[in-house]
Order: sequence, then structure tokens, then C-alpha cells
Amino acid sequence: MFDDLRDLYQEVIFDHNRNPRNFRVIENADRRVEGFNPLCGDRLTLFLQMDGDRITDASFQGSGCAISTASVSLMTEIVKGKTEQEAEDLFKKFHEMTTGKDEQINLEAVGKLAVLAGVREYPARVKCATLAWHTLDAALKNEQKSISTE
Amino acid sequence: MTNFPVEKIRADFPILAEKIRNKPLVYLDNAATCQKPQAVIDSIVHLYSHDYANVHRGVHTLSVRSTDLFEGARTKVKDFINAGHEKEIIFVKGTTEAINLVAQSYGKANIKAGDEILITAMEHHSNIVPWQILCQQTGAVLKVAPINLHGELIYDEFEKLLSDKTRLVSVVHMSNALGTINPVKIIIAAAHAKDIPVMLDGAQAIPHMTVDVQDLDCDFYAFSGHKLYAPSGIGVLYGKQALLEAMPPYQGGGDMIRKVTFAETEYNVLPYKFEAGTPAIADVVSLGAAIDYLNAIGMDKIAAYEAELLDYATEKAMQIKGLRIIGEAEHKGAILSFVLDKIHPHDIGTMLDSLGIAVRAGHHCAMPVMDFFKVPATARASFAMYNTKEEIDVLMNGIKSLIEVFG
Ligand SMILES: Cc1ncc(COP(=O)(O)O)c(C=O)c1O
Repeated sequence: MFDDLRDLYQEVIFDHNRNPRNFRVIENADRRVEGFNPLCGDRLTLFLQMDGDRITDASFQGSGCAISTASVSLMTEIVKGKTEQEAEDLFKKFHEMTTGKDEQINLEAVGKLAVLAGVREYPARVKCATLAWHTLDAALKNEQKSISTE
Repeated sequence: MTNFPVEKIRADFPILAEKIRNKPLVYLDNAATCQKPQAVIDSIVHLYSHDYANVHRGVHTLSVRSTDLFEGARTKVKDFINAGHEKEIIFVKGTTEAINLVAQSYGKANIKAGDEILITAMEHHSNIVPWQILCQQTGAVLKVAPINLHGELIYDEFEKLLSDKTRLVSVVHMSNALGTINPVKIIIAAAHAKDIPVMLDGAQAIPHMTVDVQDLDCDFYAFSGHKLYAPSGIGVLYGKQALLEAMPPYQGGGDMIRKVTFAETEYNVLPYKFEAGTPAIADVVSLGAAIDYLNAIGMDKIAAYEAELLDYATEKAMQIKGLRIIGEAEHKGAILSFVLDKIHPHDIGTMLDSLGIAVRAGHHCAMPVMDFFKVPATARASFAMYNTKEEIDVLMNGIKSLIEVFG
């Protein structure tokens, strides 16, 4: 019935929505930033544990739509063990993938995150996918405040 | 169903024949804005093709024609809401501007530090923020009457909040987030017993029921054309003549003056005192066309048909496991706001869109209502006179299927 939506709602997304990974609080986290999407009321709190400039642990709390939940869940998995620079690079590639105008998108470069490429076709939903990453960006820049997609 | 001519009405709305993602459009976002009948579209084309010029300005033929049509629409609005006089009908951009006008004109002139303005917990942001701004400007205090879990105003609490300091009550006639129809006549009588004027936000009520401002005895009534099958960018503020006469102008400019020198300006008479600048001429004229169209069908018939639609939709929705209706007031208009267990409204919105069904997913400009029900957002199906039982079946089947997909 929802054939048209197969690119947007891939099975991996349903899976992460049902069972979000790293859905927990990190007590005394080195970084803790809140992300807010005023358009849909989604809120998430991102926790990072750092060792120098390396992310050793990442987790989140909060609730959102399937796209935003899957996006943050996947993100916390993928950034673990990465340096700040590597995570920032990934953010840029992710951003290009979800908002870029290029016909050619480099899905290889983003690995597992490629399942979220479908949001490109749904402008109203791009922010759902990027909220997690904007929050991460703020956390890496050590902005200890709430960020908003607007 | 009653013998309401829904198929004939549908044929009058060209957009209803659109295909969305290769499926017939099922338009259930009428509370956000509703679609336009051919008669309204034609009235705009006709005006620009034959009768257009600026109003109230020229002696030339077109200006006279244009002015006649424009003022004719004012009379239609007056009759539609049974106002006492055309002077009481002020054309504005929409409900939002009407409320801002009252806040900045009536409010600033009559409300001072320590005074209270009373609203309810189910207001649209446009009936919250203008009062907050006024409170900041004047030192007045905004009071909020609470609602219960059905989404109804707790009337006893409202009455208690009507104090010696209350200078104005502003209440939504029908809530856009919940569908609740407030007991406005009782509210108005209670406020008037204490000499407190009452403004009604009629943005949602106006397309769904007969509104008689004299019978209600409200002091101000605001609504938007675009929710009444007319274009966006046009709306109406009704105000009782005596109140409007005493109020200072809202904006200055052309049309609202009688005589200008650099020393002083004499303001124009009502309603022009509040209509500075060239108005939305075609939109006003087509609002008149929308009213003609509705009168030909009959607001009472529309209300009865929509009540059947809402009953049908509510009954079907209640059979869906995991669906919770937000807004179960006893007295309710044709709005079905709901949430699904573990499925975010935005996912509902996207999934239904892929089936050609347009619903709203979000906070509906009523964030305090969302907070009260402890949901970030809801999905909302809002019905108009051109919707059918079959469309409700399509919606309900869509909801059931997406629940399955999310598993
Ligand atoms: C209850 C209510 N009040 C006010 C408004 C604001 O109307 P407008 O945006 O047309 O000014 C709306 C529209 O969404 C509404 O539903």
C-alpha cells in the first residue's frame, strides 16, 4: 500500500525506530546538548563522552518521528570511536546527501547512513533527519545550549 | 446520510479532481485552509477582467463599479453574521490582524497596568501572543482559564477568573486543535454581567455554523476569508459600533482620513477609520461570492451534514486500536485530532500523503494545548462540506495500514 514510500521508510528505519540504539543517559557526560525542531515539536538530548578529541560514547534521549529517531540512533552508533574532525566530516557528507542538489550522491561515503538518503525527496522531512546532526555539531563545538533546526 | 447535495458541491471545487501521488485527493486539512469553489475563482477573474479599479477614490466608471462591488461584499458579510450595520464590518487581513487590531487599538486605549485579560487554555497562538504583547506594553496581566481532559473549558474556573480587574475576555468560538465549541453565549452573558466586553475568535466556527453576532451579543468577532472558501489575505473584524467609534485608529494612511493638514488629521468615519490603504479589493469581492455560494446551500444544512461526518469519523476512529482522539468535547465541530500509539504524527502525515490524503501533523499553532495533553503534536483530519463518508473510509483504511506497517 505504501510502495511510494519505500525509499523513505526503509526497513532499517523501522528497526531503529522500534529499537533505538544507545537510548540511555550518560551520567556526567562530557557534552550534553538539546536539539529541538519547533516544526514538529521533536526534542532530543544528546550525550557525548570524550577522550581528548575522540568520541568514546554517544547516547540520546527524547522522542520524535521515525526518521528523526532512526537518524539519531544511527548517528550515535556511527560516531562512536571517531575524532571530532571525522564526525564533522561525516556531518558534512550527511548534509550533502540529505539536502544536496547533486544527482550523484556519494552513498559509499556515509555508510549505513545511506538509508536516510530518501528524505531528499521529502523537503518537509529533511529537518527530521538532520536534527540529530545539528545537535551533534553543537555538542562538538561545545555549545552547551539548546539548538533548534529553525 | 441526509440528502445533502455533496456530489454537486464537489463538482464546484476544481481542485478536488486533482490526483496526488497518482491517487484521488482526499483533502482533510480544511481547518488550516479550505479549497475554493469555481464561483469564487470566477469572481476574481471577472473583477480583474471587467470591473477593477481602486475603491473610494475616483469618479470614473470603473472606480464606481469596483467600489459598488466592494461595498456590496461588506453588506453580504454584514447579513451573513447578522451585524446591525455595515459600519461594524471592518476588512482586515485575517483573524490574526483582527485580534491584533483590537489589542492595539481597544486594548491600548482601555487597558492599563494591573488590569486583566482573560483567555482560555485552548487558544490559537493568534489569540495569545497579541495579548502578551499588550501586557508587555501596558503592565496588564494575561489570565488563562483551564480546560479538562475532554478538551472542554472548565466553566466554573472561567467564571472565577472573571474578576473586578478583568477588562476584556477573548475566547475561541471553536478550537482548531480540538474541535471544541465553547459555550460562548453563556461566557458573554457572564462577562457582560460584569460589564466586560468579549471578543470571539471565529476563525474555525465561521465555516461550520450559523453565526449571529447580535444573538451572541459579542463585542468583537474575528474570522478569516480563507477558511470560509474565500481567498487568503482577507478577513473580517466585526465590532459593536459604539466600541469602534470610541477606539483610536490602528494604522494611519490613505482612506482612513477625512481631512489632513500637517497640523492635524481628522479621521474618517467607520468602517474606513480602520481600513488604511488600498484594501484587498478582489479578495473582498470574492469573499462576497463565497458567502453567496454558502447561502445558496444553507449554513444550517452544512452544519447538519458536517455533524454526520464527524460522528461517522469518530465512530470509525474509536474502533482503531492504539488511536487516541485528542479533543472529545460534548459540543464539537468537524475536527478529528488524534495520536497513534508509538507512531509520530509526522510519520502519519507523510504516510497518508502517499495515499493522496492531506491531513495536518503538528502543533496546530496551539503549543499550550499540546503541552496540556502531553503530546508533541497530533495528526488532524478536519472536514468541510465537500468531504464524504467514502473519504473517511479511505482515511481510516490508511490509518489501519500504516499501523500495520509500523508494526
Ligand atoms: C482558531 C484560530 N484562530 C486564529 C487563526 C488564525 O487565522 P489566520 O492565520 O487566518 O489569521 C486560526 C487559523 O489557523 C485558527 O484556527
